[in-house]
Amino acid sequence: MTVADFAFYAFAVTTLVGGLFTVLARNPVHSVLWLIMAFIGSAGLFVVLGAEFLAMLLMIVYVGAVAVLFLFVVMMLDVDFAELKAGMAKYMPLALLIAVVLLMQMGMIYGTWQFADGAEAARRAVTPDMTEVENTAALGQLIYDDYFLLFQLSGLVLLVAMIGAIVLTLRHRKDIKRQDVLAQMYRDPAKALELVDVKPGQGL
Amino acid sequence: MYEFFTTTNLGIALTIVGQVLLIVVPLLVALAFLLYYDRKVWAAVQMRRGPNVVGAFGLLQSFADFLKYVLKEIVVPAGADKFVFFLAPMLSFVLAMVAWAVIPFNDRWVLADVNVAILFVFAVSSLEVYGVIMGGWASNSKYPFLGSLRSAAQMISYEVSIGLIIIGVIISTGSMNFGDIVRAQDGAGLFSWYWLPHFPMVFLFLISAMAETNRPPFDLPEAESELVAGYQVEYSSTPFLLFMIGEYVAIVLMCTLVSILFFGGWLSPIEAIPDGALWLILKIFFFFTIFAMVKAITPRYRYDQLMRIGWKVFLPLSLIWVVLVAFFAQYGAFWGTYARWTVGG
Repeated sequence: MTVADFAFYAFAVTTLVGGLFTVLARNPVHSVLWLIMAFIGSAGLFVVLGAEFLAMLLMIVYVGAVAVLFLFVVMMLDVDFAELKAGMAKYMPLALLIAVVLLMQMGMIYGTWQFADGAEAARRAVTPDMTEVENTAALGQLIYDDYFLLFQLSGLVLLVAMIGAIVLTLRHRKDIKRQDVLAQMYRDPAKALELVDVKPGQGL
Repeated sequence: MYEFFTTTNLGIALTIVGQVLLIVVPLLVALAFLLYYDRKVWAAVQMRRGPNVVGAFGLLQSFADFLKYVLKEIVVPAGADKFVFFLAPMLSFVLAMVAWAVIPFNDRWVLADVNVAILFVFAVSSLEVYGVIMGGWASNSKYPFLGSLRSAAQMISYEVSIGLIIIGVIISTGSMNFGDIVRAQDGAGLFSWYWLPHFPMVFLFLISAMAETNRPPFDLPEAESELVAGYQVEYSSTPFLLFMIGEYVAIVLMCTLVSILFFGGWLSPIEAIPDGALWLILKIFFFFTIFAMVKAITPRYRYDQLMRIGWKVFLPLSLIWVVLVAFFAQYGAFWGTYARWTVGG
């Protein structure tokens, strides 16, 4: 077994165990922690495949940001997961059906799937020569040189989704006092302060 | 003998373990003295003497503290999630150490010379928030939980601006390898380093680094006046020590990042003097002094001010800077100082 094989099996087992316990864990916070382990395992698999840029992106975006927000929400919400899981027996047949369908599809990929002639060549044609450019540069060339318009289009779709989310949740409250930092900083001490000579026994 | 260490699997593994020890052991020993130095600077600013009892000038204070931490009793709060409670300090210690794998100490003196080194450090430092969140949650206590929530929000906010500042440097270099970034700054000594073309970002990076490592004036997660000690309240003995070492190693790592990204890593400031690892160590020491001084001099920020600075000042500024740098680099403005590409172009 070479080092690459060993690394592959280590990361694959990590991913599978993480995924399994995400579902099985009773405590939702533990579930998210197992999910993070699955993310890290799959990032390792990307490294084994030679896609180090994608691996780091997976770590930064999913583990560093998305999973933190998951954890945040799960910790704050006091959801009774025992109650949620009580209805599991009722939905079990449907879940099993979906599982069987998915398994059959996987089986089809390995059993009867065949690539069309030229599909392989068509995919190779757009991929930069990996012996000459490194992984990150190759991705950059594909995204920013060859398919720039498509990339911009997907960026626009994301922008629309972002604006939509903000519009849906934004509400201006008129009944609260807001802090205006600039107004505070530009206040004149001469106008804001008043020195009063208080006479003893009289007060103001 | 040489072949055994460079060709066989066992030999390579032994070599790597040796290199790891060569980085970790000096780092931890240096950290003991940096902790002492930090306290001395703090004391000097406040006109106190600081630690001066253990060893000559109190030099061995950190080692005495180490013994004290290790020999104390470990207290686990009732109702704590035991596994996560002990996983958190270990995680924060290990992650702080892992990032050093890609730091070059001299030309080619690096444990793992990976292409995406800067992203690796960024990913690892974004994972460090987990130690804090897990520790705060697993303690099953109010103050730690509040501290960990604050920390999560704070670290995510400042990561965004750190990421954008780093992108500016990557655009200038055309590579994400630390070695390439330092070599791109080689030339006319002091003035060819990135601090000059990326001048405003040096300050933004330093301030963001302080917020990212929960360092005063941004130590809201462990603000002792309101949260006692934040996520560390329930920790004692060795787990607390691990948290503390993790925190300080992360601070030293941030000092190293500033030195490498903006101040030329191992390069010497004057061309006549040879480059070397000593320069990097001196630069790290200089920035650690700045961190220590800031801790001693500035009062703590209010939480809403911290968030406002992060999202409404740093994020727009660094975003505009990325666009500007991309523009300068593309059109070769300022005699090409913004475009030092060695590959592609």
